[in-house]
Amino acid sequence: MTTVAVKPATMGQALGRALRDALADDPTVHVMGEDVGTLGGVFRVTDGLAEEFGDDRCTDTPLAEAGILGTAVGMAMYGLRPVVEMQFDAFAYPAFEQLISHVARMRNRTRGAMPMPITIRVPYGGGIGGVEHHSDSSEAYYMATPGLHVVTPATVADAYGLLRASIASDDPVVFLEPKRLYWSKAEWNPDTPETVEPLGKAVVRRTGRSASLITYGPSVPVCLEAAEAARAEGWDLEVVDLRSLVPFDDETVAASVRRTGRAVVVHEATGFGGPGAEIAARITERCFHHLEAPVLRVAGFDIPYPPPMLERHHLPGVDRILDAVARLQWEAEN
Amino acid sequence: MTVMEQRGAYRPAPPPAWQLRTDPEPLLPDAAPFRVLGTEAAAEADAQLLLRLHAELVRGRRYNTQATALTKQGRLAVYPSSTGQEACEIAAALALEERDWLFPSYRDTLAAVARGLDPVRALTLLRGDWHTGYDPREHRIAPLCTPLATQLPHAVGLAHAARLKGDDVVALAMVGDGGTSEGDFHEALNFAAVWRAPVVFLVQNNGFAISVPLDKQTAAPSLAHKAVGYGMPGRLVDGNDAVAVHQVLSEAVRHAREGGGPTLVEAVTYRMEAHTNADDATRYREDDEVAAWRDHDPVLLVERELTARGLLDEDRAATVRENAEAMAADLRERMNQDPELDPMDLFTHVYAEQTSQLREQAAQLRAELEAENESDGAAR
Repeated sequence: MTTVAVKPATMGQALGRALRDALADDPTVHVMGEDVGTLGGVFRVTDGLAEEFGDDRCTDTPLAEAGILGTAVGMAMYGLRPVVEMQFDAFAYPAFEQLISHVARMRNRTRGAMPMPITIRVPYGGGIGGVEHHSDSSEAYYMATPGLHVVTPATVADAYGLLRASIASDDPVVFLEPKRLYWSKAEWNPDTPETVEPLGKAVVRRTGRSASLITYGPSVPVCLEAAEAARAEGWDLEVVDLRSLVPFDDETVAASVRRTGRAVVVHEATGFGGPGAEIAARITERCFHHLEAPVLRVAGFDIPYPPPMLERHHLPGVDRILDAVARLQWEAEN
Repeated sequence: MTVMEQRGAYRPAPPPAWQLRTDPEPLLPDAAPFRVLGTEAAAEADAQLLLRLHAELVRGRRYNTQATALTKQGRLAVYPSSTGQEACEIAAALALEERDWLFPSYRDTLAAVARGLDPVRALTLLRGDWHTGYDPREHRIAPLCTPLATQLPHAVGLAHAARLKGDDVVALAMVGDGGTSEGDFHEALNFAAVWRAPVVFLVQNNGFAISVPLDKQTAAPSLAHKAVGYGMPGRLVDGNDAVAVHQVLSEAVRHAREGGGPTLVEAVTYRMEAHTNADDATRYREDDEVAAWRDHDPVLLVERELTARGLLDEDRAATVRENAEAMAADLRERMNQDPELDPMDLFTHVYAEQTSQLREQAAQLRAELEAENESDGAAR
């Protein structure tokens, strides 16, 4: 009988291990960004990589997001697989032109001759008491751009598996890292880390019969907590972790909602024009005759991300999710 | 030693012993643009190079007039003519080796053609049948870039990647005077200098960013002066003097290939036509100014030198004209054929593998096309 070295690991450590293994397995992989070298990243995700692989493979760049992503485009043109870090969600905005005008559409404009296998790591979301410009959830901008994959892990195992799959992808991936889950721990074996199915597969984290909570990234643990709390009300909630916003797993989501007949979409990005609007529309188009109630959204308020001392009022929490579920019951009974 | 370690170690010294790191003098451009043609140095210019430049310039001029005519016939959505700027484009492209890469802007069709790209395929973007009509890797020419200066960091990244792989490849990145105001221009130059990437930046200063003249674009003494702040040499060259452009670019390319890092070259030239056929240049410049540049025409400058040296007789000039005319006739004929387009291509190259969402949309379009075909058939 083999003993397996399972021990608690954080999501940050799993992400670092994924980068390390990708660098070791494929000489074309290059990690680059501000502070990723000597410092090991402000969240220590890239800790030790420059030491192990040299600063040609893990490069501290000048502080310029458009330059980081723009040079990565040229590196990908020459056959490399850059993994770039944007450090914080709102710091990625200067790189939007490169992302949208070049990274996302280079394959398309060259009829497939010039793919862009770039992974863009964006630590995102709130809940860590960050000051202004350090807590945005910008996934709707990325989702609205054809040519990009948009992926976000919610568990330690997925952090490893999804990042490996993203780096291996021949297309650009915006890899959203939920900042407040960096320190979340799980039993994890770094010697035989789990891989994932190809990008674009959602997973049912908890089965249930009363309603489906459709969620991703930092809101997954909140929804699981809400589902536990809901048992006291006699509600048996299913929790679907999307893992990938683009491509979107219509099949898993529709199957869940058809089983339960009710759905609440939960995310911390703003609701108006947000990811939940798209998801609710897709559910309605596919499951209308199975629905016992309208699809509801529990999202961040439609405000610029609030100062840290007020963020708990903005972020969707267990109570707000349970209130929405209660409204589903009401809608069904009347 | 890794490529990254080759950069000089640099730490700000504590005050008050602060000292500037580099003597900026060797980085500064000359006070006046470098010229060869019309000077005594022209006698040193290689005859074969002069003849080649002449033939290419005449061909380039004819390409510009033909493409402009095609816009009037509706065959091209738009054509940003480079008439007057042919020397910058052609002489610069000819300074590259085959293994080098070109990063052109939307006005640099001639540079791409001078590298051997099929004239029709170079126009795909402007005709509108696809965005890029060629495989960039096959020709080592990046897609013609419409957003300003965004191709410059690509050139830096590619040159850096090539150097990491041990290839002595140089990237030539072209931009206009307006493009030097963009953030990507700054970031590209900064990255290139810090990484000592083998890149040559060529600014074609043609006087106007659509309608805005240079003095409203920058307060710098020249665009080449901008190099100093990044720690790379800046060079100023007469962009209408094909021999001077070729010489300065060749030096910059050699410098980059030998590990010397990037150079910023400003070629001073003039856009003889409007920005595109959608622009009215009479609203922002005087005829006198345009006329003054006619006497400094890039084709004329080479012809004067060749004639003075007895290298261009009427027979030779006629052959050059005929070759250019044949290119124009071929371009005209092939551009007048309707391209064959497959609407299903819309979905083919968005991702390596189609998403289920795109598969659904592709099925929808296929059904629409089939219905269209059936109704066409019924109508017949």
